[in-house]
Order: sequence, then C-alpha cells, then structure tokens
Amino acid sequence: MIEIKDVYKSFGTLEVLKGINLTVEKGEVVSVIGGSGSGKSTLLTCINGLEPINSGSILVDGVEVHAKTTDLNKLRRKIGIVFQQFNAFPHLTVLENVTLAPRKVLGMSKPEAEAIAEKQLAHVGLGDKLAVYPGRLSGGQQQRMAIARALAMSPEYVLFDEVTSALDPQLVGEVLDTLKLLADDGMTMICVTHEMTFARDVSDRVAFFHKGIMAEIAPSKEFFNAPQHPETQKFLSNIRS
Amino acid sequence: MFETSMTLSDLMFLAKGAGMTIAVTFFAVTGGTVMGLLFGVIRAQISPWAALPLTFVLDVFRSVPLLIQLVLANAFQAIAGLNLPPFATSCIILALYTSAYCTEIVRGAIDAVPMVTRRAARSLGLSWGQDMTYVVFPMALRVALPSWIGLTLGVLKDSALVLWLGLIELLRSGQILVTRLQEPMFILLVVGLIYFLLSFPIARFGSQLEKRWREND
Ligand SMILES: Nc1ncnc2c1ncn2[C@@H]1O[C@H](COP(=O)(O)OP(=O)(O)O)[C@@H](O)[C@H]1O
Ligand SMILES: [Mg+2]
Repeated sequence: MIEIKDVYKSFGTLEVLKGINLTVEKGEVVSVIGGSGSGKSTLLTCINGLEPINSGSILVDGVEVHAKTTDLNKLRRKIGIVFQQFNAFPHLTVLENVTLAPRKVLGMSKPEAEAIAEKQLAHVGLGDKLAVYPGRLSGGQQQRMAIARALAMSPEYVLFDEVTSALDPQLVGEVLDTLKLLADDGMTMICVTHEMTFARDVSDRVAFFHKGIMAEIAPSKEFFNAPQHPETQKFLSNIRS
Repeated sequence: MFETSMTLSDLMFLAKGAGMTIAVTFFAVTGGTVMGLLFGVIRAQISPWAALPLTFVLDVFRSVPLLIQLVLANAFQAIAGLNLPPFATSCIILALYTSAYCTEIVRGAIDAVPMVTRRAARSLGLSWGQDMTYVVFPMALRVALPSWIGLTLGVLKDSALVLWLGLIELLRSGQILVTRLQEPMFILLVVGLIYFLLSFPIARFGSQLEKRWREND
C-alpha cells in the first residue's frame, strides 16, 4: 500500500505540491491526469525518494520513504518507475540493460538474471533484440525495454510517467498494450498519462491534478461520466473537443 | 647525397632521452588522471560553492606557465629541505598540472550523462557508487576519451620543460647533440620524428576505441 499524506513540495520558492493525499491499495491501478506543470511527475519522484519533500509523509508498505533511517536503495527494489524521456543505458545491450540491477542490486548470478530478463523482454515483445544496443531501437521499443528493466526487479509497485508522450502516434498502442497486460496481471500501478481511453478502461480510479492540488479523484467510470470539479470538466472538454 | 656524422651511439643517446620523456609522461598522466578522476567527481557532485577551494587551486595550476611551476616547486622543495630528486619534483608538478585539466574533462563528461539516465539507475535500487561504476563512468568515458587523448599528447610535449630541472629528456638530448655535432636541422628532424612515433600509437589507440564504440550507436 502506498500512503501519501498531506505532502508539500517546493523547488526553491516554487510550490509544486500543495497538500497531496492519496492512498493506493495493493492491486489497484490509479491514473493521474492534469495539465503540464501541475506536479504529476514530481509526485512520482517523491514516492521513490528521488526528490525530498518539505512536509507530510509518504509510506510504502508502512515504511516512511523520507525518514532518515530508511534504506532507499532497498525500498526502491519494490518500486519500479518508467520515465517519459528515454533512459536506456546506451553502453549496454538490451539484455545487459535489464540484467544490471538484478545482478548488482539483488546479487543474482548472470544466468539467473538472464533467464528473468529474457522472460521479461519476451513478454514486452523484445525477445529478438537481446544483443542489440538501445541506440538501434525505436522509441516504442526503448520504452518497452524500460518497462522490462523495471519488471525484472519483481517490483510490487510500478510508477509510469507519461511513458507514451515522447512516442510517435503509431508506437503508442504497443506500449499501452504492455501496460494493460501488466494491469491485468494484478500489478499495483500509478500511471501519469494523457491517454484518456487508457485511463478510463484500465484504471480503477482516476485523479486530476491542478496546480499542485489533487482537485478530484473518483472511480474511472464516475470520473469520466460525471466529473465534479469545474477544472476537471474544463480539462476533459478541452481534450474531447 | 645527404651526409651526417651522427652515429648509432648518438641515436641511442636520443633513445635514452626518449625513455626519460616516456617515464615523466607516464607518471604525470597516470597520477594526473587518478587525481583528475577524484577531483572531477567531487566537482560534478558537490555544489560549486563547496568546491570553490579546489576549483581555485586547480585554476592556479592551469593558468601559471608550467615552466614557472617547475622552477618554483624545485626551489621550494630545496628550501623546505625535502631533498626531492628533480625527477620526482618534475613528475609531481606535471601530474598536478595534468590533473587540473583532467578534472575539467571528467567533470564535463559526468555532467553530460543525462539526469534521467542516472535517476533510472537509482530507481532500480543501484547505490550511488554502483550508478557511478556501471552507468556514469562507462558513459562518461566515451565523452572524455578524445579530450583525454589530447591532454596526454599535450603532456608528452610539455614534459620537455623538465629539462630546466636538469633532466635529460628527449629535447635536451637533441640540444646536446646539436651542440656537439653542429647539425641542428637534421637532429631536430630526428627528434621531431621520435616525438611523432611516441604520439602516434596513443592517437591511434584513441581513434580505434572511438570507432568501436560508435559501432554500437
Ligand atoms: N528539478 C526541478 N527543479 C526546479 N523546478 C522543477 C523541477 N522539476 C519540476 N520543476 C517544476 O515543478 C513544476 C511541476 O513539474 P512536474 O511535476 O514535472 O509537472 P507535470 O509532470 O505535472 O507536468 C513545474 O513548474 C516544473 O517547472
Ligand atoms: Mg511530467
């Protein structure tokens, strides 16, 4: 369970998160939508401790992420994150990209890590690209590799930050299909996304962020059929038109 | 036809000088690179304010002419009673000089690794040290190599200045032969050729590595 309690976060004088409260249960898929700059990405990087917070608390399975005594390297093993920007390790092959963390962080042997990596890569449709360097992959393939890389650590939670928005339109589908498979497998996911169809069909709940505040959160059918907050209504009607 | 009174033993004398040039360059580049790595990581990882003292010292080594550094260092070590041989003094000063440039190369190369790549590595649970070892350094190496090769070739030539401390390296050996044989053009040509032969493999090594890396992109 991820518990976000009254989290405030500033970059210098710019207040980016203004009192966020959100609890994500095991097995739940929550989509986060909202305008650019509303603090969605920042929230994800706070959840796995990449960014410090100013006040409030974030608990993952009861462990406080920002407590001084928390071993972040250990905590991060169970929180996968996939970023919007491509972030392959360019000097490693696809297979090595995926085996690096299982070997170095979990201490797996090479064959052990490779078996897991090959399974994850086959799962995202990259079974024939093991020996290829990421520079040779398309954007969609790079994002699927990043997903496989996160999954190879057997995380309990995966955070997705607009993983399709740097992609050409024809490549979006293949990545969303991968996310959908994962959701069907029961993975706990927080997906920041601009894909409304995905948010409606795949997620249990949808949250709307506006200027650092979570203006609305509701079960996905409700959220799209009867948005309550005026800003949500405005946002959705802008997208639909 | 061309005639010279230069003998085989004169050539051996030049080779010995070249050996001294290689030795000084080797210690300077090795020491300078180790220090440059350390200082470069510090410069890249801590705030510019905290790194200010280090930056200042390194700027001094970069801006004061090497000849002045060598002569002053040699004088100071004598006054301080360290009794360092000129060879050691030369290697230390050249290593510091090299490290000042190497620090900038390392810092620039580390800064060139995209933030999101490092965040991805840390998100997978890699520690700071593992991120450095398996992600940042290999990526930075590809950026740094051409400048590092250039620095090494520069130090190879600049090492000639240690002749001011009495070391008989390649250029000094050449000077001695010129005085003795009175054939400046020919001898300088030979000395220049030897410098080239020393540099060429290093430059080739660098371009080979670059080529191999490029094939992966
Ligand atoms: N590392 C940072 N330093 C300073 N400002 C930042 C940083 N990261 C994000 N911001 C700012 O915080 C605000 C929220 O950013 P972000 O969380 O990326 O929004 P979103 O993902 O909703 O588009 C933006 O105004 C952005 O410019
Ligand atoms: Mg964002």
